[in-house]
Amino acid sequence: MSDLNDLDGGMFGVKGTGDTSGYGGLVRAAVRPGSSQRPYGSYFDEVADELERAYPLFSDAIERVVVDRGELTLHIKRERLVEVAKILRDTPSLRFEYCLGVSGVHYPEEKGRELHAVYPLLSMTNNRRIRLEVSAPESDPHIPSLVEVWAGNNWNERETYDMFGIIFDGHPALTRILMPDDWPGHPQRKDYPLGGIEVEYKGAVIPPPDQRRSYR
Amino acid sequence: MSTFNATYDPYASSRETTEGTVYSVTGGDWDQIATEIGESKEERVVVNMGPQHPSTHGVLRLMLELEGETVTECRCGIGYLHTGIEKNCEFRTWTQGVTFVTRMDYLAPIFNETAYCLGVERLLGITSDVPERATVIRVMMMEFNRISSHMVALGTGALELGALSPMLFAFREREKVLDIFEHISGLRMNMAYVRPGGVAQDLPQGSLTKIRETVKELRKNFKDNEKLLVGNSIWVKRTKDVGYLDLAGCTTLGVTGPVLRATGLPWDLRKTQPYCGYEDYQFDVVTANTGDTYGRFLIRMGELEQSLRIIEQCVAKLEKLEGAPVMVADKKIAWPAQLALGGDGLGNSLEHIRNIMGESMEALIHHFKLVTEGFRVPAGQVYTAVESPRGELGVHLVSDGGTRPYRVHFREPSFNNLQSTAAMVEGGQVADVVAAVASIDPVMGGVDR
Repeated sequence: MSDLNDLDGGMFGVKGTGDTSGYGGLVRAAVRPGSSQRPYGSYFDEVADELERAYPLFSDAIERVVVDRGELTLHIKRERLVEVAKILRDTPSLRFEYCLGVSGVHYPEEKGRELHAVYPLLSMTNNRRIRLEVSAPESDPHIPSLVEVWAGNNWNERETYDMFGIIFDGHPALTRILMPDDWPGHPQRKDYPLGGIEVEYKGAVIPPPDQRRSYR
Repeated sequence: MSTFNATYDPYASSRETTEGTVYSVTGGDWDQIATEIGESKEERVVVNMGPQHPSTHGVLRLMLELEGETVTECRCGIGYLHTGIEKNCEFRTWTQGVTFVTRMDYLAPIFNETAYCLGVERLLGITSDVPERATVIRVMMMEFNRISSHMVALGTGALELGALSPMLFAFREREKVLDIFEHISGLRMNMAYVRPGGVAQDLPQGSLTKIRETVKELRKNFKDNEKLLVGNSIWVKRTKDVGYLDLAGCTTLGVTGPVLRATGLPWDLRKTQPYCGYEDYQFDVVTANTGDTYGRFLIRMGELEQSLRIIEQCVAKLEKLEGAPVMVADKKIAWPAQLALGGDGLGNSLEHIRNIMGESMEALIHHFKLVTEGFRVPAGQVYTAVESPRGELGVHLVSDGGTRPYRVHFREPSFNNLQSTAAMVEGGQVADVVAAVASIDPVMGGVDR
């Protein structure tokens, strides 16, 4: 199984204007790694087994398991996130005592799952790393907060709210952290423009970075 | 979904005058806080420390609620140095990303570059193809950078507590390290020296001799600061039992680096999850068991010597690897030219320019394609981490298969560690706030990105 998340025409990815590259007919699909089948390899099988043993709703909560480039990603239903997180933290054989923040990713073409929150976890006890991934639709950007499980996620969730507009339910004070309090919009969404002005250099005008010819 | 409106700016209303457009910049919630406090019956004072304050390590705003000299509540205001680096990276090639990320934590540029490049290399699947010489150079540069960063932490930390002389010594040493950086990469800071696949250029002639001399000098000079501060009764009084945070507190708040090691846990990614071949180097993880500012200070002092040890081993390795490549062999990823330091600064080597301009049309096309378009990175996501002077510096990279990153996120140790300020200073004296913040060693460029 694999995801088709992008379909690009042409080498330059230019839409609407003439493509001068001569490669306009090429179509390239970006394929992201899909679900993995057992055995996952490394310590990943053990982590999955332990989690399954400690958490009876495993098959309901885990949407899919991806092993890619030596890293394990568990895609989790957002309703089950806090439960799974607590099990991962508290079960002695798992003991992921560190959550290294949350990173938002915006996939506008993934309808119904546009906003993703990615949590890298670290277990110092077992010296292991895994990653949790949760998604929410843009029309209902709610994901439960993990501050009650890992208090250190407080600022990280505020940052992701600030940049992506993901609302972390249950966060003690979900306010903007990097941008001013009354800033309109969420700057790291893909539909938010980069901004910038054109620059003139020796008579030639260079457009701002987000309007330059792009090679995709 | 986005409510962005380009014509409306809520922070700087503008009006037209004969001289041009005049903007009045507003903002700040200070009046509101002061009014709220004034209305309550309790005798509390709210002090606004920063954003521009000589002892806040950059543009950090601390809002302190005081009862007499005791801090009852502390909040941090950050974001003053937010520059949108993560967003900007999405509009440049993977190689150009290095130039951006090096500017995040400006006291540890090599760490940002290395963490980012390790991520790109893992996405490309070329981690094991990076030449050994490049990896050893990276390790050496990182350890030099650790020294220069710790020197600023120690120097400014002491300065903030009123000790002026340590700062002079610390910056003298840091200058020596920056000279090495300049000699090797052409730049003292923000050098974009580490590139996906290797490093920008090989060490110039005579580098190893210069490095050996510098190591010798640094080792001798570190003693000056040691004599000034270690065991100094005033310094001990100002830092001992100040800004205490135990292991449970560190785990809960996601704190890493010297602050974590000061609780006695020898967690150092160089030892526990080695990258860049750190498993082949002899060095010790320095710990303390006090969990206070003095312990963190001793750890930084100890790490200086360990870094020198690693650098010496790097020099020995580099001697054996003389003439080996410093960039991956895959010409579809490697930067087409090795740069050279010319009379007018750093640039493409003359030899390369002669080749592409006069000898080979194909080389010119290849150069043009790779420089303007960049290389494609297979779709997927990775998380790579290195032990920066401040703790775990993690990079989350997402690629959609194109020539530009789809998402770049830095898990900055400064950002996470700064969260623990409140836990460290609440209930303590107001004068200790400065010591506690200095012991976290936050770099606001990294916090705000």
